[in-house]
Amino acid sequence: MTWKEVFTSSVGKKLVMSFTGIFLILFLVVHVGLNACIWANDGGTMFNAGAHFMGNNVVPRILEIGLFVGLLLHIIQGIMLELSNRSKRNVKYAIDYGNQGSKWYSRSMGLLGTLILIFLVIHLADFWIPNRAHQGFLLGEEINLYEKMKLEFSELWVVIVYTLGCLSLGYHLAHGFQSAFRTIGVHNKRYNLMLTSLGYGFSVVVTFAFIMMPWSFFLHIIQ
Amino acid sequence: MEHYNMNLTLKVWRQKNKEDKGGFQTFQVKDISSEMSFLEMLDILNEQLINEGKDAIAFDHDCREGICGTCSLYINGKPHGEWKGNTTCQLHMRAFKDGETITIEPWRANAFPVIKDLVVDRSSFDRIIQAGGYVSVNTGNAMDGNCLPIDKNRADDSFAAAMCIGCGACVAACKNSSAMLFVSAKVSHLALLPQGEPEKRSRVMNMIAQMDKEGFGACTNTGACEATCPKEISLSNISRLNKEYLFASLTADK
Repeated sequence: MTWKEVFTSSVGKKLVMSFTGIFLILFLVVHVGLNACIWANDGGTMFNAGAHFMGNNVVPRILEIGLFVGLLLHIIQGIMLELSNRSKRNVKYAIDYGNQGSKWYSRSMGLLGTLILIFLVIHLADFWIPNRAHQGFLLGEEINLYEKMKLEFSELWVVIVYTLGCLSLGYHLAHGFQSAFRTIGVHNKRYNLMLTSLGYGFSVVVTFAFIMMPWSFFLHIIQ
Repeated sequence: MEHYNMNLTLKVWRQKNKEDKGGFQTFQVKDISSEMSFLEMLDILNEQLINEGKDAIAFDHDCREGICGTCSLYINGKPHGEWKGNTTCQLHMRAFKDGETITIEPWRANAFPVIKDLVVDRSSFDRIIQAGGYVSVNTGNAMDGNCLPIDKNRADDSFAAAMCIGCGACVAACKNSSAMLFVSAKVSHLALLPQGEPEKRSRVMNMIAQMDKEGFGACTNTGACEATCPKEISLSNISRLNKEYLFASLTADK
């Protein structure tokens, strides 16, 4: 079996989704951890130091390239799998099987992923692009990201968009986390139970932390 | 439970042949006993249709004991009807109330084309089995029970996977029309036993290649298959298949 045959098979395509998914989960740990520095409530000193390190140190910059490769693979493969899976039943049922055997979010990974993608475009345009443009291409001084967050999250509609984006991510993770490990072959009941619980816990904690960030600025919990 | 009779409205999918577009037809059945099986109720409707000079409704059935995997039917939005861990032939009319409308559809998947009415062509499953769902050496007659020591848990897991009757309900329930629960049951059942172990790598590769060729979708681990499976085949078999596939691809010669 050649590598081409592996990665063009249905199981191989899922393996790509799973490995990139786990990589993106690891990124979320870094992202949420670093952003949590805003709650130091020191006017952004700690947070901006972290942001400066991530933008100016060579290790995170190299990892960032890997992140974008992983993200693109996850998006492209995800869209192709979704379209392929949808094409396998031309005549639909009159009565849908619905929630009788599965959770709605496990059946809506394509939709949730699309919502996250839309949110990601907005999010990158808000923060990452202007920030990197100033760091990489030296368009003037480095942006004070903390002040930028404060400014962005003073608008209610922005806060609501970010809340909805993070909720999509949360439901995507609620299924994706445990599904990723099933796809790479974790079949032992004890680990499946553990990973499912861990997945739910991770989804709730990460989503809640991300949602609280814009609200903390909007409600002036932090200055 | 008290016996009762019921009158029912049936919305049944009718389709002359593979090429026909097909559509629902509505029928009335009267005085159906709550102790009848679902298929007996359809037999009564068919007798009624034959007496009226009409074409009987085609549906698959064989043993009517819940062990052969021939019966199918997507009843009121669930493969094999609403009872858990049950086949259509073992679904009894006490699952329904007087005056109810029951919608009956065939399995829907491009890999299971409708032949007529409620009968679908499931030969794609046979071709997946032909691709590797066997042990290719002759292992002779059954040995004495204790000659070949097998861990009890492995034997139990293998037996649980071997319970699969290949009815196709997993495909019918899956939003992706994936056959992974079926294939994984066959892969697990053989890979867990010493007789099937030597060929486990080539088996999983060949069976997945055939599954993809037949036009089944990819698994997204939603669990709909496990919930509808009449033999309650575990979703963990799919994870075991994934593990076998990953190892097979990492250790392949070329």
